[in-house]
Amino acid sequence: MHDVNWVALSIFVLLFAFITWLGFAAARWRKGDLDQLHEWGLGGRRFGTLITWFLVGGDLYTAYTFVAVPALAFGAGAVAFFAVPYTIVVYPLLFLVFPRLWQVCHKHGYITAGDFVRGRYGNRWLALAITVTGIVATMPYIALQLLGLQVVLGGLGVYGSGLAADLPLILAFLILAAFTYSSGLRAPASIAIVKDILIYITAFAAVIVIPMQLGGFGKIFAAVPHEKVLLAVPGAGTTGAYGAYATLALGSALALLLYPHSLTAILSASSGRAVRRNAALLPGYSFMLGLLALVGFFAIAAGVSKLPEFAEGFKQFGNNYAVPALFLHSFPSWFVGVAFAAIGIGALVPAAIMSIAAANLYTRNIHCEFINRSPTPKQEAQLAKWVSLVVKVGALVFILFVPTKYAIYLQLLGGIWIIQTLPAMVFGAYTRWFNDWALLIGWAVGTYAGTAMAISQDLKPAYPLKLGGFLLPGYTAFYTLLLNLAIAAVLTLVFNALHAKKVDETVASDYHA
Amino acid sequence: MNTAAEQRGERWSWWYLLFLVQWAAVLWPPFYNSAEPAWLGMPFFYWYQLAWVLGSAVITAFVYLMTQR
Repeated sequence: MHDVNWVALSIFVLLFAFITWLGFAAARWRKGDLDQLHEWGLGGRRFGTLITWFLVGGDLYTAYTFVAVPALAFGAGAVAFFAVPYTIVVYPLLFLVFPRLWQVCHKHGYITAGDFVRGRYGNRWLALAITVTGIVATMPYIALQLLGLQVVLGGLGVYGSGLAADLPLILAFLILAAFTYSSGLRAPASIAIVKDILIYITAFAAVIVIPMQLGGFGKIFAAVPHEKVLLAVPGAGTTGAYGAYATLALGSALALLLYPHSLTAILSASSGRAVRRNAALLPGYSFMLGLLALVGFFAIAAGVSKLPEFAEGFKQFGNNYAVPALFLHSFPSWFVGVAFAAIGIGALVPAAIMSIAAANLYTRNIHCEFINRSPTPKQEAQLAKWVSLVVKVGALVFILFVPTKYAIYLQLLGGIWIIQTLPAMVFGAYTRWFNDWALLIGWAVGTYAGTAMAISQDLKPAYPLKLGGFLLPGYTAFYTLLLNLAIAAVLTLVFNALHAKKVDETVASDYHA
Repeated sequence: MNTAAEQRGERWSWWYLLFLVQWAAVLWPPFYNSAEPAWLGMPFFYWYQLAWVLGSAVITAFVYLMTQR
């Protein structure tokens, strides 16, 4: 423990107390029988356009995003802005593909991606691959949310080592675990409303007040080292930074909605129409994220990394400390409390949804598929509640005992892994043309190649692909998705020529209202 | 059955091609990787992409209205 900022900490604790109460009270909101998995784990599929907007927004724009994107701008410059095209690309996909998935899942009572794949392709091994990928990709993501929380707690003066320093994180985690267990998806849905209002206030305060203090955008960008302001222009024979930027945006967009927590939030909407409306409304968050990315530049211009009072924070958290340091430097203490609470609560909402999504997957597609084939609905819901606790304990242990960089590496690999489920999910929403074993082999090759490529690049997201005489640096997830798709398509032609059998419990009309 | 679904716009619509506009606009960095023209001191690179966030919302809302009945 160091110099604790008591005013900020009090506001922070007050807001946390409020959302704790809200999380438990949420159990009675749009009341349903929480002994049913679709009530606990999907909020009874009753959320209209507005609540879905808060829920999906609270889910996709996480605490880690709000810390890491500005941190990337702070450290690496223009490339961090890929988060903006990323979110511009993603919403048409939400608009086109996910209402179809919503319809078929609603019709057949599917709760997870594994459920859909099992029904669509009748292949439990393909469903298992999708399920395991989802769980494995989600775990480090939860850990990173706790990291986001740890960074703002550090900003409040709570850091160092030992139990006293870890206690607030453990406490926040216990709160999260308890209300998720008791209220299910209703808890993050209600808390997301508070979180998003706080985040919007913080973001707009940051991009209005701080530039005024620093003398306007012109001065801010003049203070940023020249080579960080724009992408490097590629030389001859390579797509250089341009290719990396575009594939990073495209690949991240293709991966995002495949994460289990995305699907969970989308399936909890009350209609396919609510999902489509959200595709037009969610860019509101993208705009805010773009503004927050600029905060990384504000931190450069304010020179926070050179101020002695922040030296220890930067030493412990690296560039991730840029945002907390800037807020401490620029805002009065009481508003620092609000801003940090926004980020802290912003960690709990996605962490809750992620743990619910992972619990749904384990329960439906591993336990009920391979261990106990006919649980009662109550047993099923109870199991999911326990699994959500196990998942969160795992994430907490990880963040407390394993160096942070491994969580970041695993999250990067998670993006590469989850994108390999795209052919079965996204193409599956339109067509049953692909053979299920071909999809499974494509998934396996994509996963293996992506992991190997990422490791060969010391776990950096871009891979320098050489094609002919050209050098095409690009996002590994994107390249391996192309490989996966090519293999799945070729093998489908082969299997079809061999008259492989086709099972499908869904019909074309299930995909429409 | 299909005609009802078509009326609600859940089948293919040519309006969907509008999405290609926003994808092309932001996935081709040569369009916008420059400092000038700056706006309020913000390099073109940044305000162009932020402007496209609004543009994408407008396009998506428009497509929604044209395909929803």
